[in-house]
Amino acid sequence: MGTNPVMDKSMTTTESDLNTAATTSVTQPDDRDQLTLEQIAACDNFKSEIHDSLYQETSIINVKDFNLWYGTKQALFNINMPIAEGQVTALVGPSGCGKSTLLRSVNRINDLIDGLHIGGDMLLNGTSIYDKSVDVIELRKRMGMVFQKPNPFPMSIFENVVYSLRIDGERNKGVLEEVCERSLRGAALWDEVKDRIHESALGLSGGQQQRLCIARAIAAEPEVLLMDEPCSALDPIATGKIEDLVEELRGEYTILMVTHNMQQASRASNYTAFMYLGRLVEYGPTRDIFTNPHLRPTEDYISGRFG
Amino acid sequence: MSTTLKEPQNTPALPREIIRGSMSARKKARGNRGGRSLLAKGEPMLWLTGGGLVVAVVMIIALLTLVIIQGAVTFWPKPVVQFTLKDNTIYMGEVTRDDTYKPEPGVLNSLPADVQADIAANEGWAHRELVRTGNFDLTNTHFHWVEDFNSQGQTLPKWATVIERNSWGRFYGMPKSFLIDGKVVADTPQAAWAEYIKYHDEVRERWHERRGLEKHDIGRESRKVDHARLEMKSALLEHGKDSAEYREAQANYDAIEAQVNVAYAKIREEINALNAENDRYQLVMETAQGQEKQLGLAEIVRAYPANQLGLGGKISLYLSRWWEFLSDEPREANSEGGVFPAIFGTVAMTLIMSVLVVPFGVLASLYLREYAKAGPMISAVRIAINNLAGVPSIVFGVFGLGFFCYVVGGTIDEVFFKASLPNPTFGTGGLLWAALTLALLTLPVVIVSTEEALAAVPGSMREGSYGCGASKWQTIRRIVLPRAMPGVMTGAILAMARGAGEVAPLMLVGAVKLAPELPIDGVYPFLHAQRSFMHLGFHVYDLGFQSQNAEAAKPMVFTTTLLLICIVAFLNLFAIWLRARLRRKFVSSQF
Repeated sequence: MGTNPVMDKSMTTTESDLNTAATTSVTQPDDRDQLTLEQIAACDNFKSEIHDSLYQETSIINVKDFNLWYGTKQALFNINMPIAEGQVTALVGPSGCGKSTLLRSVNRINDLIDGLHIGGDMLLNGTSIYDKSVDVIELRKRMGMVFQKPNPFPMSIFENVVYSLRIDGERNKGVLEEVCERSLRGAALWDEVKDRIHESALGLSGGQQQRLCIARAIAAEPEVLLMDEPCSALDPIATGKIEDLVEELRGEYTILMVTHNMQQASRASNYTAFMYLGRLVEYGPTRDIFTNPHLRPTEDYISGRFG
Repeated sequence: MSTTLKEPQNTPALPREIIRGSMSARKKARGNRGGRSLLAKGEPMLWLTGGGLVVAVVMIIALLTLVIIQGAVTFWPKPVVQFTLKDNTIYMGEVTRDDTYKPEPGVLNSLPADVQADIAANEGWAHRELVRTGNFDLTNTHFHWVEDFNSQGQTLPKWATVIERNSWGRFYGMPKSFLIDGKVVADTPQAAWAEYIKYHDEVRERWHERRGLEKHDIGRESRKVDHARLEMKSALLEHGKDSAEYREAQANYDAIEAQVNVAYAKIREEINALNAENDRYQLVMETAQGQEKQLGLAEIVRAYPANQLGLGGKISLYLSRWWEFLSDEPREANSEGGVFPAIFGTVAMTLIMSVLVVPFGVLASLYLREYAKAGPMISAVRIAINNLAGVPSIVFGVFGLGFFCYVVGGTIDEVFFKASLPNPTFGTGGLLWAALTLALLTLPVVIVSTEEALAAVPGSMREGSYGCGASKWQTIRRIVLPRAMPGVMTGAILAMARGAGEVAPLMLVGAVKLAPELPIDGVYPFLHAQRSFMHLGFHVYDLGFQSQNAEAAKPMVFTTTLLLICIVAFLNLFAIWLRARLRRKFVSSQF
């Protein structure tokens, strides 16, 4: 892949037509090491630097030529990105680079936004996420989501955890209790709350609330866990607990995590993707991205020279 | 700091002291300007906003104080005063109010010179008192003005007794004698009063029994006849005059009528027996002018020798009047007795209205806020709803009368109550139509506050729910609505307060001066939504502006207003308590 030209010529005709102007205006440095951020920003279908080792992994989600617009403003440009099954993938990049948008496109929670439209596709286990026949509700049940700010529902801890079962109409108390305990144990929260699972979830501390949200997300046994900056509202100790939890959940679940924290990405993830202004710049094993990035802007960002 | 750095560049020749001096001079000038500008200090705005609040609070307190004081003293027994005028006319009664006025020149000139001089010394002002003298059946008036210059003096007769009667208003006089079966058993005030105390309770008990017979038993029998007559009429409408069904229904009607007539006769007999027993006891009263009046004990609601009452007696009388006011039916064209039917009607109407308006408003605002895509259409709908709140309430009354009563009610009558036409069943004002009209009137309040509450539900809650795979409706029902519930309650509180106090539309769609039956009672189907009802707000209007005995009704206006305010406050407190309970659920310890 590293030898491919910067511009991907194998695009669908319509999209190439759309991007002709951009394609012609951008200078294509022969040496990708010399690529600058300005060049990336000017390029509408930037060819991401994807490390070869990713192609050896089984991918559970495959993002293909994904574009996204908020109204007339394009937020994602031609993203191609396989996500490895059972691994933790971190999305990093400066604010406004589209990490969260990409993450929220995976379970189509972006659909709620007016005036949003997309191009390209995403595949979950080979089937399209954006196909017309897809039941969005079913799709979301296959993916748990954890948000930036802990958002427990204003009900008891128990009801929070079994929420996804409740909305499916599950009434068997035995099943609910079993799922509740398993999920809370899975989220390393059981020992702290087992005596008060019928009390309000809003009485928990911030870190506990976030772990409760993780328990809620894994209660439906999803295939993928999407985490949108799960630690940004937490203190270092709570953050550490969440990171340990991510470590434990690895393998059982595929985790896609947005983070602003470089150390967190390097500690907790197997793969790291660096995004900039809606483009996926470089994507590879975390160790390579942090120690030996292929592109200059990635290195600059990782080492804190910009962003 | 940056200015001090720049300063030497601009004025390089000036020594440091001069620069510093000019600096402090400028600073001083700026400081002084700040001191002079009131707006910069913020104090005027504090005064302005605080003043606004004070004006509002003072007005509210003044209104409430007036209503509470006037309303609370209505039932307090006053002494009975006997005035002797200069022409030896005697008036006896309770002083209800007094004022100073300027006598007309004609009146003034007819007065003796010394009185004229007194009034002139007082710059033409004279003082007078309004005395409630009662005895309308004897004197054709309830009140007399007693001018101070016209009065010889006043006394408090020991045996002056106030009698509240079923009709003719109050009677003021002295007990003279007590008759049983026409024979005098007591002939001094003291003895007559003792006899009255002895027999009054049992007589009133019989009187209540008689009224129960008239109201319930006769009502039950006449319902039977009505029912049979309606069946006969529907048989006639359905099958024609010569059909077997009609003949059968007719025979049935005749049989029932015969039965009921027998029952009527029996009830009549009972009533007559009770009346005859009650008529044995008569209290003879003597007015201050010396006229005698024989009063049946059954006619007397309450009697008390006003000038002999101690504090305990006054308090017990006061409470007994309040109890009558709250629990009994009105008498004397609503100016005496209780307002229980009006309380009942007000509460029933307000609750039915809330039950109708809250779900309706919540559904409408759910669509507006959750489902509809924002656009000119939705904005137009929203503006229309807000404008609805500004439409005069009488317009809603006209709409309710035209649409609910005549169109909807008329159609219901055509379809289901054909037999009783031309008498309308639903085709006239009634509890249901009044509640619906007021629901329409208060709908904007509920929609606006619910919409605001829905908008205030954090997006993160919704996202969390969608993220768990909940559908839109599941999210609304399980997350959004419970969160918005306190806001919905706020809307309901405002709607209830508005609805309970509204009178104008009710005059058109069902509130009446005197409703013979309560809209909810023990007769199947228990809730009679088609019945007209009494309403406290309408009662106030009726007392204040439609009463023949306006002077006597005036204190009742305040008392009824006080009661209405209390009921609205009570309903609001209940809703606020409910809201506080709901809110407690959403209090987070962390965020």
